[in-house]
Amino acid sequence: MTNSRFDPRRWVAYILAPLDGPLMLIVLGILGFATVVMVSASPERLGTLGLNVAVAFVVMWVAASLPPQRMMSIALPLYILGVLLLVGVALFGDVSKGARRWLNIGVARIQPSELLKIAMPLMLAWYFQCREGMLRVRDFFVAAGLLLVPVGLIAKQPDLGTAVLVAAAGFYVLFFAGLAWRLILPFAVIGVVAIVTIVAMGDTICQPGVEWPGMREYQKHRVCTLLDPTSDPLGKGFHIIQSTIAIGSGGILGKGWGSGTQTHLDFLPERHTDFIFAVLTEEFGLVGALFLVLMYILLIFRGLFIAAGAPTLFSRLLAGALTLIFFTYAFVNMGMVSGILPVVGVPLPFVSYGGTALVTLCLGVGMLMSIQRHRRRVGT
Amino acid sequence: MSVIRTPEQELARFRGRLAVAGAVALVCFGLLAARFFYLQVLRYDYYSTRAEDNRISLVPIVPNRGLIMDRNGTVLARNYSAYTLEITPSRVADLEATIEALSALVDIQPKDRKRLKKLMDESKSFESLPIRNRLSDEEVARFIAQRYRFPGVELKARLFRDYPMGSFGSHIIGYIGRINDRDLERIEENEDSANYRGTDHIGKAGLEKSYERELHGLTGFEEVEVDSGGRAVRALRRTPATPGNNLVLTIDLKLQEVVEKAFGNRRGALVAIEPGSGGVLALVSLPTFDPNLFVDGIAPQDWDELNTSPDHPMVNRALNGAYPPGSTFKPFMALAALMSGKRTAGQAISDPGFFDFGGHHFRDDKAGGHGTVDMYKSIVQSCDTYYYRLANDMGIDLIASTMGMFGFGSRTGIDIEGESSGVLPSPEWKKRRFKKPEQQKWFGGETISIGIGQGYNAYTMLQLAHATATVAAGGVMFKPHLVKYIESAKDGSRRMIEPQPIKTIPIKPEHLETIRRGMIGVNREGTGARAFAGAPYVSAGKTGTAQVYSLKGAKYSAKIAERLRDHALFIAFAPADKPTIALAVLVENGGFGAQSAAPIARQVLDYYLLGKLPAGVAPEDPGAEGSAEESTGD
Repeated sequence: MTNSRFDPRRWVAYILAPLDGPLMLIVLGILGFATVVMVSASPERLGTLGLNVAVAFVVMWVAASLPPQRMMSIALPLYILGVLLLVGVALFGDVSKGARRWLNIGVARIQPSELLKIAMPLMLAWYFQCREGMLRVRDFFVAAGLLLVPVGLIAKQPDLGTAVLVAAAGFYVLFFAGLAWRLILPFAVIGVVAIVTIVAMGDTICQPGVEWPGMREYQKHRVCTLLDPTSDPLGKGFHIIQSTIAIGSGGILGKGWGSGTQTHLDFLPERHTDFIFAVLTEEFGLVGALFLVLMYILLIFRGLFIAAGAPTLFSRLLAGALTLIFFTYAFVNMGMVSGILPVVGVPLPFVSYGGTALVTLCLGVGMLMSIQRHRRRVGT
Repeated sequence: MSVIRTPEQELARFRGRLAVAGAVALVCFGLLAARFFYLQVLRYDYYSTRAEDNRISLVPIVPNRGLIMDRNGTVLARNYSAYTLEITPSRVADLEATIEALSALVDIQPKDRKRLKKLMDESKSFESLPIRNRLSDEEVARFIAQRYRFPGVELKARLFRDYPMGSFGSHIIGYIGRINDRDLERIEENEDSANYRGTDHIGKAGLEKSYERELHGLTGFEEVEVDSGGRAVRALRRTPATPGNNLVLTIDLKLQEVVEKAFGNRRGALVAIEPGSGGVLALVSLPTFDPNLFVDGIAPQDWDELNTSPDHPMVNRALNGAYPPGSTFKPFMALAALMSGKRTAGQAISDPGFFDFGGHHFRDDKAGGHGTVDMYKSIVQSCDTYYYRLANDMGIDLIASTMGMFGFGSRTGIDIEGESSGVLPSPEWKKRRFKKPEQQKWFGGETISIGIGQGYNAYTMLQLAHATATVAAGGVMFKPHLVKYIESAKDGSRRMIEPQPIKTIPIKPEHLETIRRGMIGVNREGTGARAFAGAPYVSAGKTGTAQVYSLKGAKYSAKIAERLRDHALFIAFAPADKPTIALAVLVENGGFGAQSAAPIARQVLDYYLLGKLPAGVAPEDPGAEGSAEESTGD
């Protein structure tokens, strides 16, 4: 008790205590790979990358140290804050590139939609925890309402990519909370039919002058460009064409670290952010791509494992949803860079350069760690 | 439905769903892996070749910009082809040395170097950028002979814009200029960037700006294989550009010319509208400018000259200049009085030559007054006292609401930018306009001078012509427009701009007839009679004089005094029974409307109705030769 002498071993133990070994190893593995790629793609950003990682790890550690009960207590205030900030954006936000996404709070400009990516599953998990044991169908409608308000606000900015991600995050909670299959399946079927129709009839419905119900011209344009990138090789199609060339020309083993011609001859757009996966595959080939996919699979299965062992409804739902958010990020990003999904601004988790996204992701990992650590205690 | 399950059942279901989620994730990643396998193994040869020869360069094909023609086909804006020398900075080892060597063959000015530097900052290094425009034939020949010395430098044929009519109608046509950062932002916002690759000019003013989307056309592209020096070896695939559409205007350039000649070197504005369609026949603002100066970036010296001139040639007076309408306001006031029932046509007042209100003496122009004045006489002789009293009887709110119906104080919605909304005075307007509470109050005395078109009244000539045309058309208001139809350059098909009736003002025919008779009287026996003496058609008009400055007995030097003289105005429509033209004209510092504005209106009507050309205007169509050799260069 009175021993206040500095003891390195106890210190290390203190630091390591909240962290989950397997998760930590996976995240470090991906980040390590990302750093190697970044040295090739954009070496001048390494310093900032280091700083971002440091901040994100601190956030992760703090989140991992918080017991899930504490997270529960901040769920509602965080959600309300997020929605208020979104309303603020709608009313007083700064417009940049035709979209109203940023809120200037004097010291900095913040993008409140980012906050919702975590606040959304937290809030819904909390709601279902409150209704545990007396859950009715009505509760799913209330939850859907809680979900649609911020999603609507974000979609109106317009920021369709983030709106879809936040909607997905909320939907995962509903899914794990037991949303009836007969409510899920029709939508899934409609979605599949719609996609098949669009792909099959791409030539007809992409003609200029054909209006798509409920979609703006640029959204139609994105989908059409995906179906046939060569229809617009100077505009939106340019990104997809160049990134598929980068991936395809990487071959099985890649062109080697630092020798990606697409990357280094300036053909790849946004090569350190959303399109960094193209750099990775051009230089490390199919092997590199599969290694990264494997890491994500490990991450997701560790997450699902943690969810399976979580003691309370809240922590189960939260862990499940967070894990699927990681999956969504990874799948959507790699899908768009390789040309099977439309180009929406979604970063590749732990690989794309960008402080806010990294902090958000590490916050999620920290929460998973906390849930895993507190699995034996029964809450509430 | 509420199924209460045991915690064990809940947990089992949750774990089941986790398994589903895990399975979906695996399937999705499997899909990705399959895609990678497809791209990187099955299609490896194809993509590695594509990457290898990213030497296939994509060259945008810039569409021909649409032409602008007047209603008779006279070309007002066209394109011609000329050579330009372009550099691709990434293909040139030493840029400075290359430019230095080039300057021995072609004339390269410091301003050309400056422009290239600026362009390099704004674009990617593999884009081809102009170092010199409009090369002479000799320069072209000299360069071709030596081109082997200059890898990365190319000679290209480009289209340039030309305004053959020079300063005629330049306020309508506007001009194009180099795309700057602000234009780029707008292009990006409209998601138009792809269509503007290769385009370096964009509409900056007038129709060139407001019809940019029609005029520009669709950019085509060509996949070209290039050799190591950056020169095209062969074209692989080509999607031709779709040329921009041609604009055919409602404007009659000849009429426009008649007006500009009639003004001489006086400043002012004239707008003539076809009452039954809203088509603008002439829209003149003087002095004017030569739009050709702007096409390749205006020289600083020319720019200063245009901007510092006391005559403000860049200001479009017809659209943007708001002037008090003076007595041209009276027919509308009379109509408002009839519509609101405040007066009947036969009701007469006795005019002593003044009107007293709140201790203030409002004087009529004619000392001793006009005697007994009914509505007809009040218009024909432009009796102020009649309208002082009328304004007082109507009150400002009724005046403002009725005049608002005729479009006074609001933009007409014409199809070019820069229109001012003018000022329709009302107590609400005053509250908005002034900050201090003591200035916000509306005084009864202010209403009196509103009645004769003075005071806070300020309208554009477009509004005045628009209102006159609305009365001429029996109360049907059409949206004024300058473009008659848009012609597809591809197949010649025409898209008519249909007359757009905005609204029909409910006016009783007998009320309209009273006003029409009054305005006919103006040109027959009233203030417009001298200008319209001997006209073989029946026209309706009204003179006006707008005070610029109240002299109050002080003296000014001759030079300043000229600028402080009253503005002269005139409105007219003809033929009076079935009008085909309505106009409003203003001569800045022209003095009395009857003296300087009405004769201009007479010349316009003589030309439009009789085809009579005033002295000094060449009879043959000055644009005929221009339209014959319009450029179609590619």
